Amino acid sequence: MTTETIRSTVAARRSTGLTWARIRPLLIHLALASAALVMLYPVIWMVVSSLRPGNEIFREPGILVKDLRIENYRLGWNALTEPFTRYLLNSAAVVFGAVLGNLVSCSMAAYAFARLEFVGKKFWFAIMLLSIMLPIHVVIVPQYILFSQLGWINTFLPLIIPKWLATDAFFVFLMVQFIRGIPRELDEAARIDGCGRAGIFLRVILPLMVPALATTTIFTFIWTWNDFFSQLIYLTDPKMYTVPVALRSFVDATAESSWGSMFAMSVISLVPIFLAFLLGQRFLIKGIATTGIK
Amino acid sequence: MSALGELGSLRQKKPAGQKKDNLAAYLFLSPWLLGLFLITIGPMLASLYLAFTDYNLIQAPEWIGFENFTRMLSDERLHNSLRVTFTYVFVSVPLQLAVALLLAVVLDRGVRGMAFYRSVFYLPSLLGSSVAIAILWRQVFGTEGLLNQVLSLVGIDGKGWISDPSTALGTLVVLNVWTFGSPMVIFLAGLRQIPAMYYEAASVDGAGVFGRFFRITLPLLTPIIFFNLVLQIIHAFQSFTQAFVVSGGTGGPSDSTMFFTLYLYDRGFGNFDMGYASAMAWFLLVIIGVFTAANFFASKYWVFYDD
Repeated sequence: MTTETIRSTVAARRSTGLTWARIRPLLIHLALASAALVMLYPVIWMVVSSLRPGNEIFREPGILVKDLRIENYRLGWNALTEPFTRYLLNSAAVVFGAVLGNLVSCSMAAYAFARLEFVGKKFWFAIMLLSIMLPIHVVIVPQYILFSQLGWINTFLPLIIPKWLATDAFFVFLMVQFIRGIPRELDEAARIDGCGRAGIFLRVILPLMVPALATTTIFTFIWTWNDFFSQLIYLTDPKMYTVPVALRSFVDATAESSWGSMFAMSVISLVPIFLAFLLGQRFLIKGIATTGIK
Repeated sequence: MSALGELGSLRQKKPAGQKKDNLAAYLFLSPWLLGLFLITIGPMLASLYLAFTDYNLIQAPEWIGFENFTRMLSDERLHNSLRVTFTYVFVSVPLQLAVALLLAVVLDRGVRGMAFYRSVFYLPSLLGSSVAIAILWRQVFGTEGLLNQVLSLVGIDGKGWISDPSTALGTLVVLNVWTFGSPMVIFLAGLRQIPAMYYEAASVDGAGVFGRFFRITLPLLTPIIFFNLVLQIIHAFQSFTQAFVVSGGTGGPSDSTMFFTLYLYDRGFGNFDMGYASAMAWFLLVIIGVFTAANFFASKYWVFYDD
């Protein structure tokens, strides 16, 4: 090496130099990317494993697939007493009823709390906030008794009707917060144009609170889809099983040999959550940041 | 901003003299009020009554006074379930919040692709409560699971992490820490509120990275830390799905993952001992209430409000 080339490399290193200020962001990225990979690796591995033949789950920790097989999906789909389609439809029905219920009942309550003046407002508002923190276990036994006396066990009613009665109070709170940000002048303008309370709610507030409604929709969708405790309690007939309850019975019913098909159905059950996450990230993140819901 | 903040500010007086619209308001509130009384308060009072009875769903409830509560005093499995639950709450919540805070601080320092990382770290919070992930956990921490396969690549002999009573609860703690994304997002929102001029002033005064973190970030973030702490503790006390599925519905091995909620389910819906289950439910409510109140009380000494 000539002195000239040495001199030029030294000069090059000085200008593009490996200084701390340049290395630091790289190191941070490296650390963040490895943390992200470690976190998501098991999930990615589950997806890949579900596409592998039989028992490779217990031998192959890598995530490269040589040949794609969908036999696990075919087997898993029909492994229980009902085809998996049934459980997916059941879950979809529960989710649909719950989302609609939350949208209607929570927005009505939120409008009253955010915009109307009435006797006992502070009292009810405090009760509403407290009810957010109430553990479901305290009410589940009498609720079960109530719903079983109504003949609602093994129907979707115990999972849907409470949502039509705004029992998910965090959404009421989320919407109250949102409505408070809508200028009151708009209400006034509508009132002058002859709108009553219902008119203002339907024509002014609801169209303007679409972002809050979207957040509610996505969270209700994900929580109801994942909900296990109440679905386990109210649905005991395999025909009425939702996806989580069916998956759980899969764990009980099958030996270690069918992990492949169990993984396949688990992956199927996560697809809607993942889609909701992709489509609704913006609303999810805003929703958590403003109310601290999970 | 938060539900907790709202509760605190309810005491402030609003200017009087506004026109009331009671009828319209109560009409709008009617679904919520109906739910409050039929689905929440009614059942709460009913379960309070049932807590003093012996009731198996078939015969009428029989009043037995404090018998359920004295039984709880001598119920070894219940004591064990309390130990398991407390260990879970007081190990996993601080760990989860520490990881959430660390990553929030790193991401807040203007990392490129911040939104991407935030999303990736947040995703497990949505997946974490599902049965599918619990099934995955069963495999990953099983004798021939993913973790042991990876460990054997580097020459370490693993063990059945879930079948060993000394590590089974640990796998659930890991699962809870894994869902640090939602407190992280709340921390990130809180970090945005800290004015940049505080940091600039500190830098001028010669504060380093750690100085700025411990003297500015941490004190100004204490309200958010407090909020996350209260929320996550309440949440962790009620954990059910993961322990239930990972242990195959038994709370095993040797009751090492028998959360209080699992034992409650076992009594109420496994054995239809509804009176005892109700007593347990009220006990849980009292525990959560006491810890939340203690949290609020202690907050006076460490939470700093900048206004």
